[in-house]
Amino acid sequence: MAKVNLNISRCKGCFLCASVCPKNVLIPSDKLGPKGFGMIELDETKECIGCGACFKMCPDYCIEIED
Amino acid sequence: MNFKIPKDIDMSKQASWCPGCGHGIVCHVITEAVEELGLSDKIITVDDVACGQFGQFAMKYNTVMGAHGRTIPTAAGIKNARPDALVIARPGDGSAYSIGIESTVYSAIRNDNILAIVINNSVFGMTGGQMSPTSLPGMKTATSPFGRDETKNGQMMDIAKILGQTNMAYLARCAVNSPANIEKAKKAIKKALTKNLNGEGFCLVEILSPCPTNWKMSEVDACQFIKDTQSKYLPLGEFVDKGGNE
Repeated sequence: MAKVNLNISRCKGCFLCASVCPKNVLIPSDKLGPKGFGMIELDETKECIGCGACFKMCPDYCIEIED
Repeated sequence: MNFKIPKDIDMSKQASWCPGCGHGIVCHVITEAVEELGLSDKIITVDDVACGQFGQFAMKYNTVMGAHGRTIPTAAGIKNARPDALVIARPGDGSAYSIGIESTVYSAIRNDNILAIVINNSVFGMTGGQMSPTSLPGMKTATSPFGRDETKNGQMMDIAKILGQTNMAYLARCAVNSPANIEKAKKAIKKALTKNLNGEGFCLVEILSPCPTNWKMSEVDACQFIKDTQSKYLPLGEFVDKGGNE
């Protein structure tokens, strides 16, 4: 199972990562992030397959994935 | 598989693009392509006076900022002064196709050995979403509130039709609206950089990029708009590949 590292301090809440995640591991959060934008969070119950779609799509370089 | 942020991305600062802007994705694609080719020390980028200027806070390359619309001739000048460097100009569509169209056409005619990566979002982004030459027919912008009327405002511009007849080395159109298209954009940029390295001539890669703020839609809808509408008027693909076919 791959591990997603979120750098939430850079997130601007565009949710492009959530829109491309095939397993819905990344979900929009109800809370606001440190910048006052929306924020993304991890659904711990789902398994990341490490496809890297969110990593490619993120315009603010918030996401890194490791095995 | 591990996915790490490329080391040419400057993580100590953050560019102030709007949420969901395609510029950030384009900078990511450029740095990945350059790193895979191992050319990080040779790159000089030339930024435009527009949203693209924030690229200097996203990438660690040496950067010169040209006057608005004069990004491509500035890059050509730098290439003449520093023939060993690989020069990447990053204008937007307003700069490369409206204010600086003569510079773009003459760079292609002179076949300057530089790479121009044009970020096309169909509006003038930074000034508030005014109509640009690449605005789609019927598209509502700040200066065409009832939609672009082709009889009044002129035809939409397709750079592939204008530059397709010149002797340039490479002309392609990509998009950054989905992971698959991002991979194709990276492949096109790598191909163009290799051509520049071999001294083949002028390369232009146009990238269709979402602008959710000025299109007045959500970030995810903007990516869908590229797929459903923008790429129908501006088809993706390779148009000129010297050594290949037109």
